[in-house]
Amino acid sequence: MPEPLKSAGGLWRGAARRLRADRAVRLALALLLAIALLALLAPLLSPWSFDSLDWRHLGQPPGATAAHWLGTDRLGRDLFVRTLYGVRLSLLISLLASALSVGIGLMWGSIAGFAGGRLDEAMMRFVDVLYALPYLFIVIILSTLIGRGSIAVLLIAIGAVGWLTTARIVRGQALALRHQPFIEAARAGGLSGAAILWRHLVPNLAGTVVVYATLTVPQMILFESFLSFLGLGVQEPHASLGNLINAGAQEMESAPWMLLTPAAFLVLLLVCLNVLGDGLRDALDPRDH
Amino acid sequence: MACAMPLTPATTEHTAPAGAILELERLTVSFATPAGAVTAAHEVSLAVRRGECLGIVGESGAGKSQLFLAALGLLAANGRACGSARFAGTELLGLAPAALDRLRGARIGMVFQDPMSSLTPHLAVGEQLIEVIVRHTRASPAEAQRRALALLERVQLTDPARRMRQYPHELSGGMRQRAMLAIALSCDPQLLIADEPTTALDVTVQAQILALLAELKRERALAMVLITHDVGVVAGVADRVAVMRSGRIVEAGSVAAVLKSPRDPYTRELLRPPRARPQERERVPAGGGGAALAVDGLGVEFKVERGWFRSRAHLTALREVSFEVRGGEALGVVGESGAGKSTLVRSVLALPPPLRGRVVWLGRDLAQLDPGELRALREHVQIVFQDPAGSLDPRMRVRQAVGEPLGVYRTLLEPAKRSAAVAAMLERVGLEAALGARYPHELSGGQCQRVAIARAMILRPQVLVCDEPLSALDGPTRQQILALLAELRRASLTLLIVSHDVSLVSELCDRVLVLYLGRMMEIVGTERLGERARHPYTRALLAAVPVPDPDLQPARLRQARSGEPPSPLDPPSGCVYRTRCPHAIPVCAQRTPEWQDTGDGGRVACHRWREVP
Amino acid sequence: MLSYALRRIAVAVPTLLVIITLAFAIQRLAPGGPFDQEQTLTPAVRANLDRVYGLDRPLAVQYLRYLGALAHGDFGPSLSERDFTVTELIRQGLPLSVTLGLAAVLLAVLVGIPAGVLAALARGTGADYAVSGLAALGVALPSFVTGPALALLFGLYLHWLPVAGWERGAPRYLVLPVVTLAIPVAAYLARLMRASLLEVLRSQYVRAARARGLGEARVLWRHALRPALLPAVSYLGPAVAFVVTGSLVIETVFGLPGTGRYLVQGAINRDYPLVLGMVIVYAAFTLTLNLAADLVYGWLDPGARHA
Repeated sequence: MPEPLKSAGGLWRGAARRLRADRAVRLALALLLAIALLALLAPLLSPWSFDSLDWRHLGQPPGATAAHWLGTDRLGRDLFVRTLYGVRLSLLISLLASALSVGIGLMWGSIAGFAGGRLDEAMMRFVDVLYALPYLFIVIILSTLIGRGSIAVLLIAIGAVGWLTTARIVRGQALALRHQPFIEAARAGGLSGAAILWRHLVPNLAGTVVVYATLTVPQMILFESFLSFLGLGVQEPHASLGNLINAGAQEMESAPWMLLTPAAFLVLLLVCLNVLGDGLRDALDPRDH
Repeated sequence: MACAMPLTPATTEHTAPAGAILELERLTVSFATPAGAVTAAHEVSLAVRRGECLGIVGESGAGKSQLFLAALGLLAANGRACGSARFAGTELLGLAPAALDRLRGARIGMVFQDPMSSLTPHLAVGEQLIEVIVRHTRASPAEAQRRALALLERVQLTDPARRMRQYPHELSGGMRQRAMLAIALSCDPQLLIADEPTTALDVTVQAQILALLAELKRERALAMVLITHDVGVVAGVADRVAVMRSGRIVEAGSVAAVLKSPRDPYTRELLRPPRARPQERERVPAGGGGAALAVDGLGVEFKVERGWFRSRAHLTALREVSFEVRGGEALGVVGESGAGKSTLVRSVLALPPPLRGRVVWLGRDLAQLDPGELRALREHVQIVFQDPAGSLDPRMRVRQAVGEPLGVYRTLLEPAKRSAAVAAMLERVGLEAALGARYPHELSGGQCQRVAIARAMILRPQVLVCDEPLSALDGPTRQQILALLAELRRASLTLLIVSHDVSLVSELCDRVLVLYLGRMMEIVGTERLGERARHPYTRALLAAVPVPDPDLQPARLRQARSGEPPSPLDPPSGCVYRTRCPHAIPVCAQRTPEWQDTGDGGRVACHRWREVP
Repeated sequence: MLSYALRRIAVAVPTLLVIITLAFAIQRLAPGGPFDQEQTLTPAVRANLDRVYGLDRPLAVQYLRYLGALAHGDFGPSLSERDFTVTELIRQGLPLSVTLGLAAVLLAVLVGIPAGVLAALARGTGADYAVSGLAALGVALPSFVTGPALALLFGLYLHWLPVAGWERGAPRYLVLPVVTLAIPVAAYLARLMRASLLEVLRSQYVRAARARGLGEARVLWRHALRPALLPAVSYLGPAVAFVVTGSLVIETVFGLPGTGRYLVQGAINRDYPLVLGMVIVYAAFTLTLNLAADLVYGWLDPGARHA
């Protein structure tokens, strides 16, 4: 095979270049930023708040009144605003939960993979056992115990379960890296175990972690939406994409717009995040495709 | 991709003889990459006559393999070939897949470099062999089975019936390559293309495979193309040779002409084995300096799981290894795969320390030190690894990597002085200081190895251990790194070089220790090594090293010792080498030979060393 | 192969035991027992209830009784559906849920894997972009969105299939739920197969097989497909877990009387025996199917048997 071309600069610069060239990624990023902007500016865009009721316009489809761009629900609440609030809440919960789960997963996986031996086995057995339990059940059990409605609990429940996959992936990478000559060289160079972990292992795991973090966010949005949909997550009158879709599904036959608006936003968010994550993974992969 | 290359006059002798089985005419191979088209081979013309072996020699990346992959339609998806490639008159480029498949495997056989990755891992060897026979001949399954067995026997695979049922990962490298040969020859092809067939093998096994190739060629009047980077390999088997560089042929002709009177400077360079300059070969006077590094009774065992219910077997990687390296001396440790070289390197560097035996650095017994003291002592004993790029953290710039030891051991050094030290070290190993800003993947293999040496040397250690320092590098680069190591040695650095390459070691080191299956066979001074070596294994190793002399090499190949290295899980009793030793007698199986003094500074473990000529 | 299988089983059994123990522990130790929601009971009535449900014995004894009961398939009484035991509730709903789940996995495998192979072989052409695009979409869409959307399209607008509900012996009610559940799994399998086959087709041994003139069809079938299937097979375990959790939502969306809705209701009503009984059943089911996937993997890849 001909010599691989050497790219100038480090890993990140090369990846950034490849990302910029990827049209799908550019589109996804643009859409994401647009949605995020909308969600942030929601209070400024409309006089309605997420729980204010407009008695005069109950159950109006989009376009029926100028006051409500995307229509209202059965209680007269503006759907546009509620959807945007839903986006905010979903994004907030999922970003925080992602950070939590990626953080735990990174720590757990890198220590297990680097230490090897019995510690690694013990730590990964623990993960295996938890893995056998479908995550939703753990969350359901936790919600059963602690009660519904508390967003902090929801956060912890989701985040505490999502770290499993990250831990596995990170541990696999750490295990592979551990046997690389440069780690041995660092040991021969007199560095302590902790120093090697911190200065050599973790930076080399950064690529994997970033990719999985990006792909975890849509998963978290999904978890949260599932739960809210089932009635175990965000409770009324707060709006999350999940419970909006639940309400919309129930009114599907008479007021389809109640389902379509939040569903459209959810789908858009998920697809864009997945495209971004995939793009990042391809960009950071040093091999040719 | 346009193929209209400017017509260049032929710079090499190229006759298109009648009866050429394979003819390449102005063959150009290129690849489409994101950065533009990369040409692997430029307008190469050559021919292979029936019954003749053509050797293609050149460094890796010279485009040797790509030529033949292109001819057989095996290029990667982004590869393009223009020109002409004719087999027995039929144009191969652009040939319809069905017609090409009738030729491939049936009339043209191909053997690749790494048999582990060239045999399908989930199919048994026998299945892969039989399916080719059935596909191309009209043999019945029973007949195909018989032919397969006969072929495996012909390629000297022991216990062929059992091999047929085994999977590739259950065979050793040499066995796999023989299986590949059997598959390639199964339908009596007229042409065999062997792409670096022995590069991944031990030198003694390489000699066997090359001898086999030479025999097969004579027996079947087989036309062969032998692609290799090692000129010695070509000397024993080929009739004609073409030398390639950067995609072009620089010289071609009969093997005697090219190897004995090369005309092109590049060819001459390739033919020259790496040599340290005479003034760098000053030997350390005996008795000079205390022991910088010593090991005593080193033993390392691994537990290996196998079979049902995980019965544990013991793999003895090293047994009773003891030696000393005096200050300022260079000791080489030589052995083939399974000899325990890597284990030795790791044990000597206490990564991790061995369970049995003592390791002494600069007079201090490592077992007596606590972790902090050991780490402090590491400043004086450093290592350079086999894989130059792999030994550097891909996320760190060169100057960070080289400066890291300073950060550990010279914490009081100011940043300015540190950068200056790094820059000075880079220049010392022959690199421009500006390269410090680069990342490992932006450097060549040779440059990476220099960086690794710089990093190891920046603390001015007293001992440098090198684990196969040159094996990942090519011809001219090897020479340069060898020169660098020789220079460092002259500056009274103590060296321990571990390698499978006995000629390298004899160039650079004062003494050499020969290992086989984790046991010491012999330790001997490298001056006049050929005469002074006493142990049958040492002599076998020396005899197996290919020399680029077409008058000598064929005869040397015929002497190639047979036999496979035994499994380390089940070593022979007594002297472990006895199963391959032509001089073995009953006592060799009964008693392990003692480590005896040969009287001229060496020691040997053999019952018959006095009698062996 | 046998030792590999036994080893795998030996791992699964303790895992199940741990889950059962956890379930038990949570049940007994959780705050807010089932009776707290009632109007305050007099101590005497409370003591009686405790005795009836065996809540007054030491924890270790309760644990052993629980294990014993489990061995008989007795998960205890349901605290929200007072007339039924958990076992009866499970027995009512399980056949439907299992049918739903298995049908979804089967459909996903039958559609996803060939689609992935097709996309890999037709790499770079329109067919590849179509399959890859659809797969990317399918992975991202949550089932509680696609479900209602499909119901809207095929039920309300086209009138081809019922929107929701269930009738015994009328499989058409299962079509939309099974398809909805299968979509994300099929999409993921397609992507996995495509990537994995592309990688195998680039490998040295496939090139060597081509060099033997075996013909592209045979090379694909005998030499490339089996290793390419490995990642897909190892995904089947997580796929089952995914389907199992997804069925909860599907049953809710399509109004199917499976075990899923009991789980959700039980969670809302803090009916521990029900919730935890369901968890154990689902966990056992998941572990069994994971085990089956592991065994298939071991059969396909001789090298893995020594792991």
